[in-house]
Amino acid sequence: MQNLTLQTLIAVFEEIFGRALFWAMVAGAAIVTIAYVYVLVRDRSVSMRKFLLAQISMPFGALAGVVFVQAMTSSHLRDIGGPVDVLVLLGVAFIGAIGVAILVYTAQSLFFRSQSSDDG
Amino acid sequence: MDFTDLATSRRGFLALGAAGAALASVGLPAVAARVATRAKIVIVGAGAAGTAMANRLVERLDGAQITVIDARAEHLYQPGLTLVAAGLKPASYTRSRTTDWLPQGVTLITQSATAIDPVAKTVDTSGGQTIAYDFLIVAPGLVLDHDAIEGFSLDMVGTNGIGALYAGPEYAARTWAAAQAFTENGGVGVFTRPATEMKCAGAPLKHAFLIDDIASRTVGAGKYKIEYAANNASLFGVPIVSEKVRMLFDERNIHANYSHVLKAVDAGRKVATFATPDGDTEMGYDYLHVIPPQRAPDVIRQSGLSWADRWTDQGWVEVDMKTLRHLRYPEVFALGDVAGVPKGKTAASVKWMVPVVEDHLVAALSDSEGTAEYDGYTSCPLITRVGRAMLIEFDYNNNLVPSFPGLIAPLEELWISWLMKEVALKATYNAMLRGKA
Repeated sequence: MQNLTLQTLIAVFEEIFGRALFWAMVAGAAIVTIAYVYVLVRDRSVSMRKFLLAQISMPFGALAGVVFVQAMTSSHLRDIGGPVDVLVLLGVAFIGAIGVAILVYTAQSLFFRSQSSDDG
Repeated sequence: MDFTDLATSRRGFLALGAAGAALASVGLPAVAARVATRAKIVIVGAGAAGTAMANRLVERLDGAQITVIDARAEHLYQPGLTLVAAGLKPASYTRSRTTDWLPQGVTLITQSATAIDPVAKTVDTSGGQTIAYDFLIVAPGLVLDHDAIEGFSLDMVGTNGIGALYAGPEYAARTWAAAQAFTENGGVGVFTRPATEMKCAGAPLKHAFLIDDIASRTVGAGKYKIEYAANNASLFGVPIVSEKVRMLFDERNIHANYSHVLKAVDAGRKVATFATPDGDTEMGYDYLHVIPPQRAPDVIRQSGLSWADRWTDQGWVEVDMKTLRHLRYPEVFALGDVAGVPKGKTAASVKWMVPVVEDHLVAALSDSEGTAEYDGYTSCPLITRVGRAMLIEFDYNNNLVPSFPGLIAPLEELWISWLMKEVALKATYNAMLRGKA
């Protein structure tokens, strides 16, 4: 690898998912993040009940992330060949888990506010 | 629990913003100074090398007349052909239009170069034009000499168990049709490679490994046999890699036939004839993968640019192996497949060659000497099965030169190396075409 620039990285991700899907995912991630920050600021507290549900959703997010990447790359769990592969797999699972947790927390805050606004 | 302070702190947000900006600025390439010139630069070939070079020169030069000569309207992402020939990608995966990659400010002549006169400094085209140059970059790629295999013609590909993935996207797809029948019915699969220099010498191995892997999961063990015909006494030009491949072959029951060079095909009898040090020998096949000898295009050989005493049957351009500058005509450079250097017929080599020629060319235009050197770097994500590869990187001296030492072991079959081949490589290649990587 001669040099790794942000531009190259963006090109790589566009290639992995296709330009439309990649930027749709970036936009989706940005919207969820903004919505997450918005509900934090609006509610001025973290609801532990919503947080619990978000945590419960994390394993499903991890699994979904792994399945998604493997489906996109014609590969399988049997292809994990060394420590670096395990780290990459865990990284994918971690990103999936965190992403889904934020999504679940934000969705609860946006759509079920009246039910749980006083449990912080 | 109350995170109000963090969430609403203006200072916190400013710090986050600053961190984001810092992250975004990391890795931005340094911008080299532009050079003003009226030089006429001609690039023969709009493949990976010619296109990347054109993009970089447009970035570096003000006022240069850059002309690209290539008759082909289609640009081929050749590293993808292996995936097409294993049924993992469609033929369209490797195709795009030449004009999609060329920058504004260059003139594209959609004809082929028919003659080069390095003394008069002109290039003739198939349309009858004569184009004068101050500097010439020769990057026309190479020619697959299918006629050198007796009894073989490209229209046989895809039928009667014959494949030839190098010949282009359509042929790679037809190769998969023949290979797929083999993976479903079993029999004997024979995989060959020529005795000439060739582009990506790992590709014949990749095809053998992939078809073996797919067959092991379709027709199943015991129903098929893989015979690999190596052109000489090794399986790969880098000894340590050759040994690793030999071990993998043993593990997978792939039988290596050393010093077996395909010379004829009898499609009716399904028999391939090989030249060996002990005379000709025949091998029956149910699937045969043909890779023909590879040579420089005739225009190069006829122009007197080729080596006179090396690769005399192949005609690669006589260049300095470090600067890629012609040894007799200093205003001529060669890039990519056609360059007469000991290694470097891959897109990864092109990625490292192009900045070297750019440096020497731009230096010449500013009356100075270039300093960049090409060390023979090339890389090969050597696929060993669907889902795993070894990221092999090496130089002129057969040294392994891993990009991620300690992290990605070059001789280890890894999923991450497969991910690089399947998803990251084309993106990096595209960035290279645009002169950005």
